Amino acid sequence: MKTYDMAELAVRNLRESILRNSLTTVGISVGVASLVAMLSLGIGLQQLAGRRLQKSGLFDTVVVTSRRDLHGFNREQEENGPAPAESPTLNESARQKIAQLPDVLEAYPDIRFITELRYENKPHLTMVAGLPFSAKNNDAFDGMQGNFFSSDTAAEVILQKSFAAQLLGKTPKTGGEEASVTELAKPLLGKQLTMRYAERTATPEAGINSSTSTAYSVVSREATLTIVGVSDLDPDSMRGQARARVFLPLKLAQNLHVMQPSDLRDTTNLTGGTPAYITVEVHVKSPTQVQPVEDAIKKMGFNTFSIVDATRSLRQFFAVLDLFLGIFGSLALAVASIGIVNTLVMAILERRREIGIMKAIGASDGDVKGLFFAEAGVMGVFGGFVGVALGWTIGRVINLGTNVYLKRQHFPPEQIWFVPWWLVLGAIAFAIVVSLLSGLYPASRAARLDPVQALRYE
Amino acid sequence: MSVVSSSNNSIAIQIKNLSRHYRMGEALIRAVDGISVQIASGEFVALLGTSGSGKSSLLNLIAGLDHPTSGTVVVKENDLAKFSREELAKYRLHTVGMVFQSFNLISSMTLLENVELPLRFAEVDRNKRESLARQALQRVGLIARLGHRPAELSGGEQQRASLARALINQPQFLLADEPTGNLDSQTGTEIMNFIREFNQTLGMTIIMVTHERALAERYASRMIFLADGKLVGDQPNVISATAGQIRGGGL
Repeated sequence: MKTYDMAELAVRNLRESILRNSLTTVGISVGVASLVAMLSLGIGLQQLAGRRLQKSGLFDTVVVTSRRDLHGFNREQEENGPAPAESPTLNESARQKIAQLPDVLEAYPDIRFITELRYENKPHLTMVAGLPFSAKNNDAFDGMQGNFFSSDTAAEVILQKSFAAQLLGKTPKTGGEEASVTELAKPLLGKQLTMRYAERTATPEAGINSSTSTAYSVVSREATLTIVGVSDLDPDSMRGQARARVFLPLKLAQNLHVMQPSDLRDTTNLTGGTPAYITVEVHVKSPTQVQPVEDAIKKMGFNTFSIVDATRSLRQFFAVLDLFLGIFGSLALAVASIGIVNTLVMAILERRREIGIMKAIGASDGDVKGLFFAEAGVMGVFGGFVGVALGWTIGRVINLGTNVYLKRQHFPPEQIWFVPWWLVLGAIAFAIVVSLLSGLYPASRAARLDPVQALRYE
Repeated sequence: MSVVSSSNNSIAIQIKNLSRHYRMGEALIRAVDGISVQIASGEFVALLGTSGSGKSSLLNLIAGLDHPTSGTVVVKENDLAKFSREELAKYRLHTVGMVFQSFNLISSMTLLENVELPLRFAEVDRNKRESLARQALQRVGLIARLGHRPAELSGGEQQRASLARALINQPQFLLADEPTGNLDSQTGTEIMNFIREFNQTLGMTIIMVTHERALAERYASRMIFLADGKLVGDQPNVISATAGQIRGGGL
């Protein structure tokens, strides 16, 4: 029989016992659906984690500290490399050298200080930090009210939500409902803050060249800053106790020459006296280039730290998660294929006589086999398509449910589910292959049927 | 054994020492037991016998539906016993057409689809298939009912449809197993007239199994009598000349 005729006849036969065959097809599609739903959630979660981690800047960042600070990130770093007293200072020229390393996007000093900010004549004490302009796309600013800094030197500030609440006198009660960021931002955006800070200036005794002098004086200054944004999340959450709640453009923060804790040490050491940075953060083009950049910086005599190793184990975790989800999905499909075998074997019993008639009027073993095989294949095709649609819907519903939950918990919505094209095509192909394999046994059983016996069967 | 010749004397089917034995529990059933017979092209042969005499088993062996335990069935110089399953299917498709007592139409298909089915197996183009099936249904007077399913038709109509199906691949042999067994006499006559017409106008060789002697005497050109799987009589249909012999044959 021609393939097209075979398929046509198979569809026709399937339509004859529509209920039973639909149930089998539903069985296949449930298998495919669970496979698709599980895998799409796995992939979605992996992408979400990747996206979050990438955006967080953790995985393409190398933190550089001077060995002179006497605390490396691990013992190995403390023991290897030049002795602290002989190691280079982490100053502006070191930062520039690091910034010129291959694959480095930017290297900027971490500037943070505790200071007083006045709002409506009331003083507030908090940690202030400089933010590089590149932080604009950081996911920590998701859901921020207002705007990011207009330029790297603008006299502008971004407040963390909790500090905004403090300014407005809305300290949240324990267990009470937290004020929403929109509510907090409304009265503050565009208003001005006065920041008092201690400026490190060259002393007259040091002569004209202040940069090489270890002597300096500290002068109290004030700066007026405009509130341009109130962030919902905590952009500095990784800093723990040292985390800032007020952010300035980095260049502005640098130009203010705010007295840093490390400056104190500069007065006693003899390294030349340029202001040293406590840490320099280095952004690398991609997480894969973190290791060589780290090595290069270590060669310069600094301590480094990155979370690249943590990513590796995280990726492994997601690979294992995907595998497990896939296995569960395949189990569902295996159950579905047992359903197919069952239906087809029952169909043979029911249609013994029909098979006998077909053989009597000239059907070959191959025709009968092909027909049953095609029926299994058609169920597989339908089951595959319906299953993918069903799995897609299930994934969407779970995604929707998650977002409703996230909204209740005051988090921004998130895509935790993703169906790539290869999954759609793969799931359909898988359904067809499993159906065809399940059809093999019933089909060859039908083909072997003795026509004389089959014709006698009522 | 007398060999009856028809107008065309060439031998179409040659059966030699044909046996079909099978086990049913402990007992060995000799459904066909050492039969030898020759059938010429264009003959209208009636296989007569009581139920269990082996006439249907013999027909199934000739139809290539069953394999002999021993002996040979040579059709047009081909030994069916040596055919592969695939070759037997081809033989059933192109060389023989079958009609049964219980019509054996596929209940889920319309008449047109039923009649078309052998053409599908023969891989005839779909546009050609329908016109051939319509012609065949026209020939048996069922053109008005081609969209109906077997259950919506009378027994006679169903048997006519199954005749159309048997004819569709233009076989040389029509094998009929009690074709009127489930029909009233008037409808039975109608069916038999069709079969006779195929024999006379198309030159088809007819082998018909029946237990009705009167039917055989009325239509067949030759009568072969079976009992317990053995051939017990073979004669041309000359009623007056054979009456005594039939009685003698134990019928």
